[in-house]
Amino acid sequence: MEDIFQGYKGKALEVLKKFNVRVWGKTIIDTTRGEFRGTVLPRAENDDDQHIVIKVDTGYNVGIDIVTINSMKEVGYSKATYKIPEKEFPYKQGQPMVKLLGTGGTIASRLDYRTGAVIPAFSPGELYGAVPELADICNLSTEKLFAVFSENMGPEQYKALAIAIGKEIENGIDGIIIGHGTDTLSHTAAALTFMVQNPPVPIVLVGSQRSSDRPSSDAALNLIHAAYTAGHSDIAEVMVCMFGPTSDEYGFLHRGTRVRKMHSSYRSTFRTIGNTPLATVSRVNGVKPIIENYNHRRKDRKVNILPYFEEKVTIVYYYPNMQPDIIDSLVDNGYKGIIIAGTGLGHINKPLYPAIRRATEKGVHIYMSVQTLWGYAHMYVYDTGRDLMAAGIIPAENMLPETAYIKLGWALGQTTDREEVKRLMLTPINDEITKKEPYNGYLVYQGGVPEVEEFIRKVRK
Amino acid sequence: MKKSPSSTKRVDPRKNYLATRKAIGYVDRKDAKESDYQRIGFMSGLEVHQQLKTKEKLFCRCPAGVFHSNNNYHAEVIRHMRPTLSELGEYDGTALMEFKTKKEITYRLNNATTCTYEIDDTPPFPINREALEYALEISLLSKLNIVGEVHITRKQYLDGSIPTGFQRTAILGVEGEIQISNKRIGLIQLSIEEDSCREISDIGHKRIYKTDRLGMPLIETVTHPECLTPDELREAAEYIRFLNRSTGKVRTGMGAAREDVNVSCKGGTRIEIKGVSHNRWIPELSHIEAFRQWALLNIRKVLLSRLPDPNSWSATYKEIDPKELGIENETLLAMHEQGYVVVAALLPHFGGLISHFTQPGKCFISELTDRLKVIACIEKPNITSPEDIDAPLSGNDTAILESHLKADENDAIVVFWGPKEDIPTAKDTITERCQMAFEGVPRETRRPLPNGTTLFERVLPGADRMYPDTDSAPIPLANDYIQRLSKNIPTDVAERYKQMKEWNIPADTHSYLLKKNLLPVIESLVNLGLTGRFAGTFLGHRLKFVEGQVPAHPDFSHSRIVDMFKFLAANKLDKSLAKLMLPVVYRHPNMDFESVLTSIGFKRRSKDELLAPVNYLVEKFKEITICNKPTPVTTQNWVMGQLHKQALGNISLSELRNSINKNVEIN
Repeated sequence: MEDIFQGYKGKALEVLKKFNVRVWGKTIIDTTRGEFRGTVLPRAENDDDQHIVIKVDTGYNVGIDIVTINSMKEVGYSKATYKIPEKEFPYKQGQPMVKLLGTGGTIASRLDYRTGAVIPAFSPGELYGAVPELADICNLSTEKLFAVFSENMGPEQYKALAIAIGKEIENGIDGIIIGHGTDTLSHTAAALTFMVQNPPVPIVLVGSQRSSDRPSSDAALNLIHAAYTAGHSDIAEVMVCMFGPTSDEYGFLHRGTRVRKMHSSYRSTFRTIGNTPLATVSRVNGVKPIIENYNHRRKDRKVNILPYFEEKVTIVYYYPNMQPDIIDSLVDNGYKGIIIAGTGLGHINKPLYPAIRRATEKGVHIYMSVQTLWGYAHMYVYDTGRDLMAAGIIPAENMLPETAYIKLGWALGQTTDREEVKRLMLTPINDEITKKEPYNGYLVYQGGVPEVEEFIRKVRK
Repeated sequence: MKKSPSSTKRVDPRKNYLATRKAIGYVDRKDAKESDYQRIGFMSGLEVHQQLKTKEKLFCRCPAGVFHSNNNYHAEVIRHMRPTLSELGEYDGTALMEFKTKKEITYRLNNATTCTYEIDDTPPFPINREALEYALEISLLSKLNIVGEVHITRKQYLDGSIPTGFQRTAILGVEGEIQISNKRIGLIQLSIEEDSCREISDIGHKRIYKTDRLGMPLIETVTHPECLTPDELREAAEYIRFLNRSTGKVRTGMGAAREDVNVSCKGGTRIEIKGVSHNRWIPELSHIEAFRQWALLNIRKVLLSRLPDPNSWSATYKEIDPKELGIENETLLAMHEQGYVVVAALLPHFGGLISHFTQPGKCFISELTDRLKVIACIEKPNITSPEDIDAPLSGNDTAILESHLKADENDAIVVFWGPKEDIPTAKDTITERCQMAFEGVPRETRRPLPNGTTLFERVLPGADRMYPDTDSAPIPLANDYIQRLSKNIPTDVAERYKQMKEWNIPADTHSYLLKKNLLPVIESLVNLGLTGRFAGTFLGHRLKFVEGQVPAHPDFSHSRIVDMFKFLAANKLDKSLAKLMLPVVYRHPNMDFESVLTSIGFKRRSKDELLAPVNYLVEKFKEITICNKPTPVTTQNWVMGQLHKQALGNISLSELRNSINKNVEIN
């Protein structure tokens, strides 16, 4: 049965029932604050039960306090339907075949009254209606694998994605786009780098920082860049494709293992850490590699799918005065791998040493990464570092903490042999550990300095 | 082309303009009577925008009211706007038009007034409570029904004036009213919203904005279309402005208050004239717009009589090489020379309508040229015609084009030009506007010009562009909060008018006193024992005069005037001294009043001291006068003239006069 009181509960629901008014009913409400006329709208589930929302003629929404309501009268009914304008995707001979795998991110979207959230548009027709430029780039097909928010992506989804990608490659696709929420986009990118090895085609993860229900969204341009990369680029790797600057100018292609979300809301939030991005992509200039050494697109259909993941792995973000019981309780709860994000070159305090030793003895695999994000764990520099290594911690070089977490889960999904795990961890698959850090790999400019201000003013952000 | 074919019989554009102007019964505003407005069914309403005097912006913590010059910026950001689905699932008309224009928008940011919010790189912070409270006070004063819960809504703007592509706005109250001299005008609603960017330039496909004003709190009061003459409309605008100012919580000065004027005539449509910054422009603008619609309806009538089935109408376009055709028009030759595509268009059945009057000094071709500029991004001049009233194509050129397009005298010819990539949009634009001529008046927003005419700005957006702001939670407005606010609202403006009449304050000061919100000052002065008439005249005449003469000091406030009168009373000085003190106080509000007295050369004198030289002066007058025999009256006047300046403040002038008169008589 259809819910005619969508989202209303408690007292507000009682009022609607009392006056026999439905959601989408055109209603005249007499209140102690005067008369209001409008269409009753659904209410977001988390909002209170003290107000009824109506849309007035001018298109605005207002809430009416139920304690002020004397009477309500439904004088009409008109239910709104939401539809993304759908047109048939025009397939063109000779254009690359690109598959968009959906995980639940918003590329094109409509609004959901229930939660006030945006619902993604997804079919090729819907996407074409929203971003018609796609038709000039590739022949697009889509498949919705799951509908989860970014923060709910996890090992199950990584594995399913890897398998789906393998199947698409086998079927002869020219490139793959994965639509994904941005919060954990880089985690998924790392997981796919490890699970889908040596792919012959580009695998591009894309999202948007501003939901596509707004005119200034980055979604359409990101999607255009991703489609171009998937269809036309020579780089056959797992990449993240997101805005380069905050302006609508060009996108960056980042290696899935070195990329990180660095701002909670900026469009240009994704940055490659400890290296330059792999390439830029724009409608005008296409894909321009920055790093010359990459895996090239191939005609063959060979790919190595390794969908493994051990879930009992964690990251411990070290802070001063951390107590050993933190480590102990992880061990007692059956954790098999720990990534520590240590201070400086990879340090933790002395009181933790016995706990580390105990964990190692119990077979827990512990790797050290750095919470500075930039730079290597150098554990030979101080005695403390050497003591830690003696206690069983293995430095993960310049692997990012999140990447190290994903990789350890993946490695432990395949073996628990100490040496084998270590070999998997420390043998880079695609730059999660680099041999060196280039001089332009660490650029966090600070404002206020004349030359930086000049750069910002002249060379747009 | 060797031989020019002979031209068909064409109307003289200038004569046709005047003839059609007469045919629709256009009258200048100065000659217009109420019956003229009744004849064309003039109807209008207002959307009054008013900035609130808050310290910070509406949804972020940047300062409000700090402005920068165009080149004072630290960074630039580029954005493009795409239409999106509104809540009710439709694309908005304006949205699609703006998308067609494919503008590249550049924002100039200054760190002092802009953060990541303005440029849409971070979600909104909770709404500025100070702004909300000010806006609610004004809503209560406007007798609106206050909502129970404020819902922030997104209103799409794809022109780029807001970097998000939408304005955050919310209704605070619906259905109120104001009382103007002869009637009540209903209010539809009052909303609180964020102000937009200021435009720096808009050339071709590039538009530049600065973000200093962006995000400042603004209220919008919308009236029902119940004003039936331009004068009523202006009165309503003044009333709402006075009402807003009576709270003392709104900004004044350039751009702080702006009106959108909605006008229609009988059979016309609601046209929004946007951003009228002076109320005195409102009557002329609304007058001309109503007649523009009246003219468009006449064009429609003529078209339908020529072609009853408008669906069968279409235009023919031909790209031409003016040189090759033997055209002599210099503009066309030059445009082609510089690489523009030149297109000749045949508009069937539009003969004699291109030069049809639409606004004073403008004809139907203005409707086309404006849209070519806005929609196809082709800078003006972008079109010409044999019927252009300013610079028509020559008879020879016309004949060539008629032959080339196979046009007869019922057809109109226009020629437009532009960059190659803009030509398809330009053709669509011309076709679309001509088709609309069969329907009458297209829904538009228009830009006001100081001469009272308007330019096409955008397609009028509808309610389709509104959808909820998913970034903000609804804000409940509890009963006790609203009740507390209603206790503090100022006196009604209609009530203020009555008060001024009761005080017998001269009517010529009323607008000034309300505009400057001086009624509370008058009340304070009356409480000091002055009469309302004196206080009102002092402010309405003297202060207004001083404002025009003396540069203002930022520290000056009207309370300083109240202090001045308090000082005079406490020192038993006569109030007439205030007139001399005011220019000094206005210019140096921080100067103590004793020093003000010194600076105007005031000395304390007792009555006896003042009158001591009377006898001497009487004698002196006898010596110097050129009259044969000084009469008592001329003597009294002369002595009065000598003493009145010293007397000011010490004794009242009437007292001085009496004493002198007595003395002179005795002599």
